[in-house]
Parts: sequence; C-alpha cells; structure tokens
Amino acid sequence: MAHAATHDHHDHDDHHGAPKNFFVRWCMSTNHKDIGTLYLVFSLLMFFIGGSFAMVIRAELFKPGMQLVQPYFFNEMTTMHALVMIFGAVMPAFVGLGNWMIPLMIGAPDMALPRMNNLSFWILPFAFSLLLSTLFLPGGGPAGGWTMYPPLSLQGDSVAYLVFAVHLMGISSIMGAINIIATILNMRAPGMDLLKMPVFVWSWLITAFLLIAVMPVLAGAVTMLLTDKYFGTSFFNAAGGGDPVLFQHIFWFFGHPEVYIMILPAFGLVSEIIPTFARKPIFGYKAMVFAIASIAFLSFIVWAHHMFAVGLPLGGEIFFMYATMLIAVPTGVKVFNWVSTMWGGSMTFETPMLFAIAFVILFTIGGFSGLMLALAPADFQYHDTYFVVAHFHYVLVTGAIFAIIAGTYYWLPKWTGHMYSETWGKIHFWNSVIWVNVLFFPQHFLGLAGMPRRIPDYNVAFANFNMISSIGGFLFGASQLIFLGVIVHAVWFSKKKAPDRVWEGAKGLEWTLPSPAPYHTFDVPPVIHDDELAHGHVED
Amino acid sequence: MTSGGIRPGTIKRAAAASALFALTLFGGVAMANPQPGQLNMTRGASEWSPEAYFLNNVALGVCVVIGILVFGAMFIAMFRFRKSRGAVAEKWSHNTTLEVIWTTIPVIILIVLAYLATGGLRTFADTTGSQMTVKVTGYQWKWRYDYVEYQGKAIDKVGFMSKLDRESDETRQLNSGLDPHNVKVGDENTYLLNVDKPLVVPVGTKIRFVITAGDVIHSWWVPALGWKMDAIPGIVNAAWTNIIEPGTYRGQCAELCGQDHGFMPIVVQALPKAEFEKWLAQQQAAATPPPAQPAAPAPAPASTAAAPKTAAVDAPVSQGHQG
Repeated sequence: MAHAATHDHHDHDDHHGAPKNFFVRWCMSTNHKDIGTLYLVFSLLMFFIGGSFAMVIRAELFKPGMQLVQPYFFNEMTTMHALVMIFGAVMPAFVGLGNWMIPLMIGAPDMALPRMNNLSFWILPFAFSLLLSTLFLPGGGPAGGWTMYPPLSLQGDSVAYLVFAVHLMGISSIMGAINIIATILNMRAPGMDLLKMPVFVWSWLITAFLLIAVMPVLAGAVTMLLTDKYFGTSFFNAAGGGDPVLFQHIFWFFGHPEVYIMILPAFGLVSEIIPTFARKPIFGYKAMVFAIASIAFLSFIVWAHHMFAVGLPLGGEIFFMYATMLIAVPTGVKVFNWVSTMWGGSMTFETPMLFAIAFVILFTIGGFSGLMLALAPADFQYHDTYFVVAHFHYVLVTGAIFAIIAGTYYWLPKWTGHMYSETWGKIHFWNSVIWVNVLFFPQHFLGLAGMPRRIPDYNVAFANFNMISSIGGFLFGASQLIFLGVIVHAVWFSKKKAPDRVWEGAKGLEWTLPSPAPYHTFDVPPVIHDDELAHGHVED
Repeated sequence: MTSGGIRPGTIKRAAAASALFALTLFGGVAMANPQPGQLNMTRGASEWSPEAYFLNNVALGVCVVIGILVFGAMFIAMFRFRKSRGAVAEKWSHNTTLEVIWTTIPVIILIVLAYLATGGLRTFADTTGSQMTVKVTGYQWKWRYDYVEYQGKAIDKVGFMSKLDRESDETRQLNSGLDPHNVKVGDENTYLLNVDKPLVVPVGTKIRFVITAGDVIHSWWVPALGWKMDAIPGIVNAAWTNIIEPGTYRGQCAELCGQDHGFMPIVVQALPKAEFEKWLAQQQAAATPPPAQPAAPAPAPASTAAAPKTAAVDAPVSQGHQG
C-alpha cells in the first residue's frame, strides 16, 4: 500500500478526509465512523422523544383521577414509549457503538459492507417518521401495547403504519447484523484471533446472530397481523379458526431473544470499562464469552415465560420455568466475574466507571426480580403488574441504557478529541442513579400490592408510591438534559485535548490511534502485540 | 382432591427461615385488598394463594441474601482497592475453584426453588373435584358471570354483567372535579375497585372457573385468590379457588384490552355456604318467575344483589382447550 503511514497525519494526496459538503458527508457516507455517529445521534433523539412519552405517562399517574389525557391517548403513549425506546433508542445506540468501535477494536479499515451500512441507517428515519406520524393522524397511534397482541391491536386504525414501520426496522437490523458478522469474521487484523477479541466485539457477534434469527420471525408475525386486518385471513381470529395465542408464541419467540439483543452488548461494554478502571484484566475472559453464548442459546427456549397466565398446559409451564431459571447461572457467572475483576485492582472512579458499577448493581437487582418472575406460581401474581414494569426497567434503563451512557463517556474523548467535563459527568451520574431508583424501586411495591400495568388511573391505595415514582421520573428525565449538555460541550466547546490513550489503564487497539480517531484508520492492518490487547495475553 | 399431592412442607419451612429477613423487612401479613404503603404481596384468602405468597417470600429472601453478599463484596472492593489509597493492581485473571463454586451454588439454590415452585404449579393445575363451576367472560369493558353448576346440580339462567360502579365511573372522567378519595364503601376506598354487581360465591367450596372472552384478550385477576388467568376469545381456560375467609375481594383486569382496560374491576363476595345457597335460590327464583302468578312476592331478605338480568347470551366460543 502506498499510504502506509498516512492514517495519522493528513497530507497532500488522494487520501481524503471527510467530505466538506454536509449532505455528501452525512447522507451519502459509507464511513463507519460517520454512520456510527449518525446512529448515535439518532438514538439520542429517539431517547428524548421516547422519554417525553414517559413523562406524559408519569404525569398522568402522578395522582389518582384522570387529569391530563384520555385513556386511549394514555395507551398510545405506553405503546409508543416502548416501541421508540426499544427500536429507536437502545438498538440503534448499540449498532452505533458497534459501527464506531468494532473496526477500531479489531484493526479493520471499515465495516465489511459500507454501502449497506449507509442503507441500514437511513432506513431508520423513515421507519420512525412512519411510526410517529400516526400520532398526528385522525385514527391515532397504535394503542394495543408494543407487544401488539391481537385481537386488540387489530382494532386500531394504524395497523398498516405500525406493521410497515416494524418491517423497516427489522430490515435495518438484519442488514446491520449481517454487516457486523461479516466484519468480525473477515476483517480482523492478522493476529487478532477470535479468542483475543475484546468482549464487546464478542457480545456483538453473538447478538448479531440473534438478530438474524429472530427479526424475520417478528416480520412474519406482524405480516400476519396485516393480512388478518386487511386481507381477510384468520391466523389469530378464533371465529375464523385461528388462535390469538399463536401470535403470542410467535411474538415472544422473537421477543425474548430481543431482550438479550438489548443486554448482551451492554455486557460487552461493561466488560471493557471495568478492567480499564480497575487496571486489571477481566476475570475469566473465556467464561465471559461462553456465558454470553449460553445466555444467547437459552434465550430461544424460554419464550413462554411471558405467557404463564395464558393457560399453558402443566408440562409447558414446568419446562419454561426450569429453562428460565437456568439463565440465572451464566448471568450469575458474569456478575461474579465483574466483581472479581474489581477485586485486587487499582480503581479510579471516572464517569464511565461509575455508570459501569451502577450497571452491575442495578442490573443484578433486575436479575433478582427476573428470577422471582421465573417462578410460575408466583408469576400468577406478578404477571402484568408494576412488578414486571419495575423488573424490565431495571434491566433496560439501569442495564442497557446505563451501559450505553458508560460507553459514550468512555469513548467520547476518542471520538471528539476532547475531554468531556468530568465534574458535569459526575453530576449527571449521581442525579441519574438516585432518581432512577426513586422512579423504579417503588414500582416493585405497587406491583406486589396489586397494581396492574398499562392502566391510566388507580385506586388511592397506590397513590403514595405512584407520586414518588413520578417525581423520580421527572427528575431522571431532567437529568438526561445534563447528558446532552456534556456531549454538546465535549464536541464543540471543550478546550481540553484528549490523549491517544485516554484512560491510564485502557488496553486495546482503539487506544493506539490518535484522538480524535482520524477519518480513515487501519488502512494497513496493525501489527498486533498481545500485551496491547485487553485480553490478548490471558491463558484461561 | 382439593389440595393435590405434593406439599413439601418441611423443605418449605426450612426455606422460610432464609426468608425471615425479608419478612421482617417487609413487615407482617398484608391485607387481602391493596393498602396504602403496602410493600409485599398479599397472603390472600384462598386455599392456594399462600403458595404464591410463600414462594415470593422465599425467592425474595434468597435474592436479598445473595444481594448482600455480592454487593457487599463490591463495596469492600471499591473501598479497599482504590488507586487513591495506593492499591496496586494484581495480575491474576482466573481461578478455577472459585468459578466452579459460584456455578454450583446457584444451581443448588435453583433446584430448591424449582422444587418448591413445581409443587405449587401442580396443585394449581388440578381443577378436578370441584363443587361449583362459574363461567367468566371478559368483554370490553365489563365481566359476565354465569353460574353453571353447584354441588353437582346444573344451574340455569343465573348470570349477569358486572361493571365499574357509577360513582367510580363518574369520578374517573377526565377533569371530573370529583375526588377519588371520596369514593368509599364504609371506611374502605373503592375507587376503581368496585362494581355494580359482584360475583357471589361460597367459602369452603372448590370453585372451578372457566374463563373466556367475547372480543379481545382480558385477564381475570383477584390478588386474594392468588392467581390471574387470561380470558381469551375462542379459548376456554380453567382455574380453581377455594376461599377460606368470607369477605369482599377486589381485583382488576390484568391484560391490556383497550381504552377502558383500567376501568373493569372484579369484585368477589365470598359468603358462608348457607347464605350463598339462599342467595342462589333467590337468583334462580327471580330468573324463572312462576307462570301466571301475579302476586308472587319476591323473597324478602334484603340481599345486596339487585334484580338480576337473565340474559343467556353465550360467548362466541368456537373452540376450546383447557389449561
């Protein structure tokens, strides 16, 4: 190659930097860093849109009685909050982090399929325009829950919009997943063996296989909804010989792996961040990888634990209960390994580390309530109550989203070349971690006391904890504006230059690059020194 | 047959000890209906409901103990191994013995939990030997109850709709200006938890519910009975209860069913057997008025039940399988 050394000093020749034209750069980009940025910005936008729906929900639930919205609109809010947060905020954020970091972590010049990368991102704005536009249409938005159970979901007027939006999101996810698999399997620098890859890359490789396996299942399920609604089929219509429960089986065959699609990359992120700030290699690297793989496998055989109350036969209840409980074993291994990584380290507590530690503790609390939910006889009480709401917000907000925030703080200096404000990062952290618990912890009590989920109003017995929860919700929502401020400051205003190796204990190829990472990196594959890698020199 | 085969009492009691911390933390036995500030699941008022309650407490206790150990270790690590205290990072990253231990111990705990839970599932699934059958049908947004059979005798034409009481309904309108705190029956606030006509059942009777729906999926849930069961159009699910204490038990629909999902409560009034039988006789008499007897006096005892509707509309059940 003629330009062996050009990647870290922009010089004269055809080795171009970013295009100057805004439209050309951002809309026609095939550069993994620009597309990664697009994904992350899109995800942040969706995070605030989905968050604003949550604010409507918490405001209506602030006290008993209907004060703000009609019940149907409330249902639109719960439905759209979930769809936007899952498909618009969490999933694109992980794809964005993967796009940015996977090539840098494995020494590849770009993603394997750059044009498809562009397409898979640019589908998303259209998908969400379609979905969000329903709120402004006469028929209103989807209001049957993000789970779209028929026959209820078929009563809505926006079925077609919802189905086509989900199709588009699915196509985008599948293309993204293909791209990630192709990149990881084909474009690793020589010497970057599979079992030397960072855990984050491993987690994404496994997640991508999950995506390819289950997104078509979701597409099939929603297509059947579409034909039931508009073309006279009866897949889920009992009067026509169909079965409403069939939809739930198909949906959750997608839905449970989907849950892990949203948490496995978070495991990967935390497994990068904790060793860095503990200045000690991750404990049990191979066990971590195998745990992720076994969780991914188990995710395919536990779907009906979402359906313990539909009237499954006894044998079915027992099988799905046992299989679900098994997940606690690999998940426990991961938590123990993170704690062991910290044990005997030399820890500092910068913002990414704070969010990663909060992740381990609060995700584990979500895991505990998950174990309780797995016990079918107890689930007959928990099912469809606020206990479930508390559970999945602990694993998704303080799990997935805390990990995404941690990853953002961790790599922001590498992306921008500037240090973010550590003070404001810590203010963001402490506000987030306090208010998120004020928000979600009382919801355990509400569920145990008997408050169903997805209701816009409630008996006065539930009033005190709902008010506490709402206050926590408003303040947690407001705290995220600090996050926005920290990012804006780091990108455009921060004067403090970031060094190449941003964190003292950071290992891995991305830290051998300049900060900010140049537009093109690893045009020539790097020479891998095992002791440079976070996990390159482990023997276990 | 009411209690089923497996009742691992001794193991349960042993496991209960580990849940003691949780119990003291969460204080006392909860009431049957939701209480302000209630922290834990209700013990319930039926024969089976303590199964769910007990399992909940045991699992909670296990989680609290593991949580204390894991988070305790984390906090010790965070204080002992700080760079600012001069800690130097060690190099090890593997320990087979430890890893085997913390894989095995959770497996053992899970086996115990699974054993306890399986017992509860088996007793729940056994709907045989019932002494009464009630058909429950969910509609947007009310419930219909049809009394099918009692003590082996078929019951004809006793059935009625049960929907949100008028006071709650007026109060819950957007900006009604009415205070939910004022919706009361006696001292109990019944906002959104009261109906015009409750389901009346006897105590000390194994009641089999057959549950279905007429339009979309609903879920019939009274926490005091210990379970919920989805009401699904085209499918008939079965569940049972045997209520021990007479009383009024309140619940709600637990599956999103449209705009008024939050406004279709369930009230079960459990009466002593003799009172129930009197009530049932009244309902039957009212349902089949004696032909051409103009002055037939209605049975006198003032029950809470209003004149029943005798609609015999059947839910559109086209197929069925039981859970």
